[in-house]
Amino acid sequence: MANKITVGHVHMSGCTGCLVSLADNYEGLFTILDNYADLVYCLTLADARHIPKMDVALVEGSVCLQDECSVEEIKETRERAAVVVALGGCAAYGNITRFCRGGQWNQPQHEGFVPIGDVIDVDVYIPGCAPCPQQIRNVCVMAYLLLKGTPEQQALAKAYLAPLMALASEGSKATSSEACGCDIMTKVINQGLCMGCGTCAASCPVFAITMEEGKPNINRDMCIKCGACYAACPRAFFSFDVVNQYENILGIIDGAMNPGGN
Amino acid sequence: MDYLGKYKSAVAARSTCSEVLAGSQDGGIVTSMFIYALEEGIIDGAIVAGQGEKPWQPKPIVATSVEELLSSRGTRYNVCPNMSVLKESVRKYGLDKVGIVGTPCQIQALRKAQLYPVGLRDVCDKIALAMGIFCMENFSYQSMTQIVQDHCNVDLHSLKKTDIGKGKYWAYTNRGAVSQIPLKLTHKYEQPGCHVCLDYVANLADISTGSVGSPDGWSTVFIRNNNGENIWNKAVAAGIFETKPIESVKPGLELVTKLATEKITKNQKELEHRATFGVGKGLRNPYI
Ligand SMILES: Cc1cc2nc3c(=O)[nH]c(=O)nc-3n(C[C@H](O)[C@H](O)[C@H](O)COP(=O)(O)OP(=O)(O)OC[C@H]3O[C@@H](n4cnc5c(N)ncnc54)[C@H](O)[C@@H]3O)c2cc1C
Ligand code: SF4
Ligand code: SF4
Ligand code: SF4
Repeated sequence: MANKITVGHVHMSGCTGCLVSLADNYEGLFTILDNYADLVYCLTLADARHIPKMDVALVEGSVCLQDECSVEEIKETRERAAVVVALGGCAAYGNITRFCRGGQWNQPQHEGFVPIGDVIDVDVYIPGCAPCPQQIRNVCVMAYLLLKGTPEQQALAKAYLAPLMALASEGSKATSSEACGCDIMTKVINQGLCMGCGTCAASCPVFAITMEEGKPNINRDMCIKCGACYAACPRAFFSFDVVNQYENILGIIDGAMNPGGN
Repeated sequence: MDYLGKYKSAVAARSTCSEVLAGSQDGGIVTSMFIYALEEGIIDGAIVAGQGEKPWQPKPIVATSVEELLSSRGTRYNVCPNMSVLKESVRKYGLDKVGIVGTPCQIQALRKAQLYPVGLRDVCDKIALAMGIFCMENFSYQSMTQIVQDHCNVDLHSLKKTDIGKGKYWAYTNRGAVSQIPLKLTHKYEQPGCHVCLDYVANLADISTGSVGSPDGWSTVFIRNNNGENIWNKAVAAGIFETKPIESVKPGLELVTKLATEKITKNQKELEHRATFGVGKGLRNPYI
């Protein structure tokens, strides 16, 4: 299909788990690559050596400030991609690399790691460690509709992506690029917004959150600072415009992933 | 504002199973629906409010048997974080078709999770039946204890049922005594997070149900989407429910609409108040 968008996967200081999550859409990934997106760059899967121009860059991993090549690559990514997506907790919030402090063989000076939003402006966040295959899929479909769809589809895609863009613009401020289980306290409970649904506890990959007497309790020594809990919390962001249309949107995504209609 | 959400039809209904009705809050809609769906293979388990450690403290469980569903009947007026076991239901329990009951906020959380699945890999495609229950407000466990033991003067161990209706908080004991206090006295114990809630009748569920609108022992039911309609029609055809047109019962949808309007209007005011809460600054608004 000539109308495809171009997508690249940029691997910074990540673990490739985010790419595995994309691949874990199984045949869905082939549907995406057949119909909606050409993968123009991905060192794990293809031979292109240098970051090309592309519509969407899926960036995983954080940036090591002492690794010149990494810093250069993230800047190049920003220059060459129309839309930069921070894929996963490391790119968005630093995640486990927040705990890096150097002193290890054989680059003991590699000690400063920052989420990509501390170095470049980021357009969309896909939080999670690992990010869900379905969330990556949804963003891919919506990015395609945004860039190639009818005006109506573009409006829907914009509305869908808006909260993920808002997370990105918040996280691209160096002062607020940190995520933590504490977000559940500072931005939800402390604000009088928590209603005890338990979604945060379900979303935490390391079971750092338990529900005690109907409210989340965060074991901060277990927290790896991925940002999943806050992003998942319905009292973090909730758009009636989008969620009221859940059937329509899930139907569109389903339809896009089953173009033959099976 | 759409106070009752989208729905295809509304009826008054109750379960035809006397065993369910013996311990259900109202018409036994939630429990009977899940039992039917489980037996028909529409779901292979359901997240419900099971028995917690303390009396009248619910705990979310993944029920995979009729017995577990039956022992989770009835309203516990304190927070039960049903969403917290959602991931577990498809991991540890291996469910492919998940049923879940929840208050309006929990169903909102569920739909958000389906659209923006974060930390919930492979969960969003496995939701088979979302049953919503109406909800005006909820309480912490400590609040419920305070209301029942202090205000109603009933020990939680002798409590048989609590209910909110006709402007009162009712406590029924196992030995047949009834205690009631004006709802006004309970307001200060409400969960603060409920005061920004803009949904009364679980607008985003497949099927939602509550007591308001229908006579005692009956439930008001909204059948909201294709999935809900499919399952509801099959269950009615199988004789699981008795139904009456909602227009034929008193007080009917008029009261439901009135209460929904009151709740949403009041909470919208609270959101406005929050916006200018401080001096030149406000509190966060989650609705973007
Ligand atoms: C906090 C709260 C507030 C409510 N407010 C109203 C109201 O203002 N107006 C109104 O008409 N109805 C209200 N209801 C709903 C009503 O009390 C009944 O739950 C509903 O009518 C279903 O009755 P049933 O006989 O069909 O369900 P049953 O067959 O008795 O099953 C009830 C189901 O709800 C689950 N459940 C019980 N407690 C909780 C809880 N705390 N959180 C989540 N799930 C739970 C149970 O596990 C069970 O699956 C409220 C319910 C709750 C939990
Ligand atoms: S997800 Fe948000 S509203 Fe729900 S329990 Fe956690 S902090 Fe509270
Ligand atoms: S508490 Fe869990 S979900 Fe939240 S940031 Fe920490 S690790 Fe991530
Ligand atoms: S009032 Fe709203 S926020 Fe509170 S428990 Fe009920 S549905 Fe949830």
